[in-house]
Amino acid sequence: MRAGAAPLGLSPGWLGAFAGVAVAAVVDWRLGAVLAVWIGAWAANAVLSGLSFPGRRLVVPAIFGVTLLVLWQMTVRLYDVPGVILPAPTDIAARIAVSGDILWGDFVQTFVKGALTGYVMGCGAAVAVAILIDRSPFLQRGLLPVGNFVAALPIIGTAPILVMWFGFDWQSKAAVVVVMVFFLVLVNTVAGLADTGAMQRDLMRTYAASYWQTLWKLRLPAAMPMIFNGLKIATTLALIGAIVAEFFGSPIRGMGFRISTAVGQLALDMVWAEIAVAAVAGSAFYGAVAAIQRAVTFWHPSMRR
Amino acid sequence: MSLTGPLAAPGAGTGRSGRVGLMLRGMGRTAGPVLAVVAALFVIWYAAAVWMNSQWTLDQAARADRTVTFSEIVADTLNQDRPKLPAPHQVAVELYDTVLDKPVTSRRSLVFHAWITLSATLTGFAIGTVLGMLLAVGIVHNRAMDMSVMPWAIASQTIPILAIAPMIIVVLNSVGVQGLLPKAIISAYLSFFPVVVGMVSGLRSPETQQLDLMKTYSASDGQVFWKLRLPASMPYLFASLKVAIAASLVGAIVGELPTGAVRGLGARLLSGSYYGQTVQIWSALLMAAACAAAMVGIVGLIQRVVLRRMGMER
Repeated sequence: MRAGAAPLGLSPGWLGAFAGVAVAAVVDWRLGAVLAVWIGAWAANAVLSGLSFPGRRLVVPAIFGVTLLVLWQMTVRLYDVPGVILPAPTDIAARIAVSGDILWGDFVQTFVKGALTGYVMGCGAAVAVAILIDRSPFLQRGLLPVGNFVAALPIIGTAPILVMWFGFDWQSKAAVVVVMVFFLVLVNTVAGLADTGAMQRDLMRTYAASYWQTLWKLRLPAAMPMIFNGLKIATTLALIGAIVAEFFGSPIRGMGFRISTAVGQLALDMVWAEIAVAAVAGSAFYGAVAAIQRAVTFWHPSMRR
Repeated sequence: MSLTGPLAAPGAGTGRSGRVGLMLRGMGRTAGPVLAVVAALFVIWYAAAVWMNSQWTLDQAARADRTVTFSEIVADTLNQDRPKLPAPHQVAVELYDTVLDKPVTSRRSLVFHAWITLSATLTGFAIGTVLGMLLAVGIVHNRAMDMSVMPWAIASQTIPILAIAPMIIVVLNSVGVQGLLPKAIISAYLSFFPVVVGMVSGLRSPETQQLDLMKTYSASDGQVFWKLRLPASMPYLFASLKVAIAASLVGAIVGELPTGAVRGLGARLLSGSYYGQTVQIWSALLMAAACAAAMVGIVGLIQRVVLRRMGMER
């Protein structure tokens, strides 16, 4: 089906879809209602994505997201889905509104103390180590494959060990985050520092630039796109590390702690509220690092508009 | 995909980045340095084991009211029952005991636990990959789908979706679905998004010239797909499959945590942390690492064979 190519209602695909909704409505009016909303929103998106107007890159996905929420709400309400299986979006919104201070406390414990501290320490250490081993090709050839190997491993499994070493509070979560982001950022930085052409390095030599001048003025800036590539992936890893590490023991606050205990009490609206907070925090963290990248590597071809 | 766009599954909890992987392929003669680094890691591990476990040894000696020499400290710290950091040879002995020395059907065999986790991993990986490829095909061929779904698929990589795992397990448990399937579902959705993103870039990778050529042959949409887009997507698909299978394993392991499961590598990690059995934790961790390495290696092997047969090997 070529959506948008044919006028609505004329293409056989759309006629079939409408017929399907009609049949479903006869069999079960609730199913018919849900399908009707779905088809309606999809038709709107099909038309909109065929047009070209400013902002359609925001409008179309927004309609899709809102439609999913509406369908979720309708399904839960129409079929009386119990709250211990799937709470409706409005229930989750109500929970967020009511327990704002609990969510804030969990956010500070897990994100600010655990994830952010570990992220800064881990990424800082990784960049520092990468620069330290920069002068030794031997160490680089050895560390790069090992680091890349370790980055592909389920490092989250070190959480129980680190919780044992550093106690239940945020220090152990920060440690897990350090281990998770370190190797990723290390391999990206080492690879990035190697990302200059022979011509560019030769030019620096003709200027009689010292090693440190070359590093500071050419190679570090040239490495920034890859370093930020690692830093961006690391934002999400940091949040995951901090949350999952809390499953192995934590004080009585924190997002991972709240998720695991609320799941145990079947308070799923609380779980979804925490997940919403985690999603917003994760995207904002990623967005912030991406914004810094845009400011730092404004010269890079991928940043051109 | 732009040069700086991440091709990884951060939402899934592994940090493998496709571009570094590509870079590594070009580096030859790494065996010596790698061995040196690994050897250094072992030395550090032993030194750390002595240092971290010495407190216990000194406490015991103080309680018994006697002094210990350095060699006694070293000997004791490397052979404690519940060390803070088990020495490599203790983990090796535990691995030997639980991998080779036990019948594979026994609950004390690590092979048994690894298989429980691997079966969920592979089931979920298969489901997630198939669904991801189907969605990618839809996205490439339908403009509305592309504009509606693709931004969410990309955004999903920036959020910690792994946090949903406990809820999926418990909710499915309460409606009577237990065992392998809930874990496989977690694995499936973790492998789903990297496959979608990678496969879409792959299906879009043919250049205008190539597409134009197909058009001059008056090829149908289906023919363009089977003869041009699908073959062209293979390198991208395999790059994301490597990310996806590592993510699947993480999903299956984390999926074993919330219900207090008694079987699987995640369960071994959890029970080890409850009872302070550090050697057990480390052996489960190494087993998980070996599984991840083996699966990524197998995907890499298939990748090489397939790409060579297609004449695309770089």
